[in-house]
Amino acid sequence: MRIFMLGWEFPPFISGGLGTACYGLTKALNQLGHEVIFVLPQVVHGTESTHVLLKTPTQSQMSIASFAACEQLGYRAFQDPDMKNVELRSIPSGLSPYARPDMYEATTTTPGELHTVIDPVTGQLVQIPQANAADAPTSVINASKPAAQSSGHYGGDMFAEVHRYARIAMQMAIGEQFDVIHAHDWMTYPAGLAVAAISGKPLVVHVHSTEFDRSGEHVNQRIYDLERQGMQGATRIIPVSYLTRNLILRHYGASPEKIDVVYNAVEFNGENGPMPPPPSAIKRDEKIVLFLGRITMQKGPEYFLAAAKKVLDYVPNVRFIMAGSGDLIRSSIEMAAAMGIGHKVLFTGFLRGDDVARVFKMADLYVMPSVSEPFGIAPLEALANDTPVLISKQSGVSEIITHALKVDFWDIDEMANKIIAVLRHPPLQATLREHGNFEVRQLTWRDSAQGCVDVYEKMIASRR
Amino acid sequence: MASVCFYFQVHQPFRLRRYSVFDTSHHYFDDQKNGDICRKVANKCYLPANQCIYDLIKLHEGRFKVSYALTGVVLDQFAAYCPEVMDSFKRLAGTGCVEFIAETYYHSLSFLYSTTEFVEQVGMQQAKIAELFGGYKSTTFRNTELIYNNEVAKAAHDMGFKAIIAEGADHLLGYRSPNFVYRPPNSPIKVLLKNFRLSDDIAFRFGNRGWAEWPLTAEKFAGWVNQVNGNGYTVNLFMDYETFGEHQWSYTGIFDFLYHLPGEVMRHPDNDFKTPGEVAAAHEAVGAYDAHHLISWADTERDLSAWLGNAMQSNALQEAYNLEKDIKKMGDAELLSDWRKLLTSDHYYYMCTKYFADGDVHKYFNPYESPYDSYINFMNVLDNISSRAKK
Repeated sequence: MRIFMLGWEFPPFISGGLGTACYGLTKALNQLGHEVIFVLPQVVHGTESTHVLLKTPTQSQMSIASFAACEQLGYRAFQDPDMKNVELRSIPSGLSPYARPDMYEATTTTPGELHTVIDPVTGQLVQIPQANAADAPTSVINASKPAAQSSGHYGGDMFAEVHRYARIAMQMAIGEQFDVIHAHDWMTYPAGLAVAAISGKPLVVHVHSTEFDRSGEHVNQRIYDLERQGMQGATRIIPVSYLTRNLILRHYGASPEKIDVVYNAVEFNGENGPMPPPPSAIKRDEKIVLFLGRITMQKGPEYFLAAAKKVLDYVPNVRFIMAGSGDLIRSSIEMAAAMGIGHKVLFTGFLRGDDVARVFKMADLYVMPSVSEPFGIAPLEALANDTPVLISKQSGVSEIITHALKVDFWDIDEMANKIIAVLRHPPLQATLREHGNFEVRQLTWRDSAQGCVDVYEKMIASRR
Repeated sequence: MASVCFYFQVHQPFRLRRYSVFDTSHHYFDDQKNGDICRKVANKCYLPANQCIYDLIKLHEGRFKVSYALTGVVLDQFAAYCPEVMDSFKRLAGTGCVEFIAETYYHSLSFLYSTTEFVEQVGMQQAKIAELFGGYKSTTFRNTELIYNNEVAKAAHDMGFKAIIAEGADHLLGYRSPNFVYRPPNSPIKVLLKNFRLSDDIAFRFGNRGWAEWPLTAEKFAGWVNQVNGNGYTVNLFMDYETFGEHQWSYTGIFDFLYHLPGEVMRHPDNDFKTPGEVAAAHEAVGAYDAHHLISWADTERDLSAWLGNAMQSNALQEAYNLEKDIKKMGDAELLSDWRKLLTSDHYYYMCTKYFADGDVHKYFNPYESPYDSYINFMNVLDNISSRAKK
């Protein structure tokens, strides 16, 4: 099987679950022997370093002619040495997975660093501002220096950019051989539909998140429309949980017969290094409760802080770490200060790589109080790092993890009750850790990828 | 000669209410839920089953006999929530065809943690049985969930019991049959072993349409009993009383089965019904049943892992029994009663993580969403009780 995949982010530039899922699935598809043309938007950095190699015609299975065509169109071809069956194609674009169109207006007065790229369609030089949550400061544990506002900026209308991206992807698809098209989340749906239209191949849209998850009641109509078009136009839909499936049925009018849930997974490398020493800001006798994720409405940071306040009234020697960046970071800092627990809450900014594993290992409990979480890979990563988890019942991951504490995101008292129990009763922590770690090992990207392949086969079979 | 020996376990725990770490009330139990469950099970099981047994005793003119182990906590709940169940048991006691078996008042694991508490709880249950059933004195003992080893048997003997009930575990019996009377190696008490295949055919498999023997008729079951003839002298059918109407719902035909079974069994002239005390009195032990390690009637493991399988369970039990001295010193009857209700084994069973992910029988009996929730709730209550003991 050869898959034309419209995805997001490759290491080391992974800023959230979407990139993690795309990478995990693609790697597993490669291992299962399937070929993937992986297309992703990428800002052109002058001195970027990555383990993904710039591909030259001699290293590639691509013909010199098609490689040259690539160059001419303005996108770049890469290959990850670990994935022999995967060809990476990056389209220069400012699109980033967690950007919001309204951010553009808020930030046009202070433009970010600009990158010059060639618009492959017009052939003209265009300037795109730097936009990537992964570019936020990554300094560890620094309460006084919260991460800078790092949402996406666009040198123009974000929707125009989404359509420009679709046009390039479509041109790229001409002359390529593939069996199915697989698009991840709304910004790539127009591209997926365009490629499907010119190639006649079936499209599956993978729903990692919907506008209702991200924005609650304040849905952006244009994004909703693109999501709806994608889901309506796709041959099949893969939501990451039944929670998301039900939301799709309720709000997007998709037929239940064309939906197959495929859960995410976690890469378990089996390395369980020694416990890193806690940073000097944290006393050794202090317990640590961790929030890790984007600090946005969807993730419920205010519920975490309200619970923290209740916990601290009861158990004083606890430190709450909030790792991540997002549009609510400033209000979260202010909220902690207003409740008089500012000295007990540490904001680390966006963490990546080893810092993520390190902060998980340090924590006595990971809390994911999400208001609406289609899946939630971070709790799996916490469990893989031997850290027990408390997750909101409004999450897809709670459908598959049984050895976790669960709470309604709005139930602050119960959240605090459970946090206190973990801090006070080591046997609870030990039992959760032991069973949770065992449980999480059974969730593999290989199974998730196989779930996608089953969907591909269904699509192809139905066309025969 | 084969006797059928029925023993039914009758028990309901005092379930805890949702109790957060921020609660300070001394009221720990969910009266509403306990009352609801007690009345529901009374209507589905206790009342119709007692009526059926009563009718059978009358029909067979005293040749049909059964035995019950009634925990103190279920008797307390009958008194509080459905006194008509108590009356129906009194009516059964009046037939003279019913044996009442001794056990711990609180259906507790006290034997494992405190001999003093164990002996006190058995004494309490016996006093309650005597009070309700005209000075009745039990001669047979069963420990909570058939938790058993040689030491339990010896303790029962030392308390004056003539017989004790245990699981007929394959690994202890080996090639031997559970259909005989045995004794422990360390005391002369008689041991009656559960025939778990035939017991579980009724208790677990009766309504299972996927089971090769479904549907199970009284006639078919009596045929299996007849096969024992000449190869043993008692078929010990030990099960939860809630099997009738609650675990196996009425529509499965379980009451019809029960109603027709005695007639079918006694159709063979060599067969009869006996209570455990009668079986023990009628037969000498044929050999030793040597249980060094603790066994129980739970799950396929027949061990203690349903109550002591993880760190939360052993911690909760240890912490609960650690309070014994302090609480008894206080001389506060209400505090002592609250604490003892926490010793009921069900609370620890709810914390079991075994099979939790598979969602099986453990989940059916569990009022909590997860074993972790049950542990947290329990520890919050225990913490409050502990603060009362230290005043």
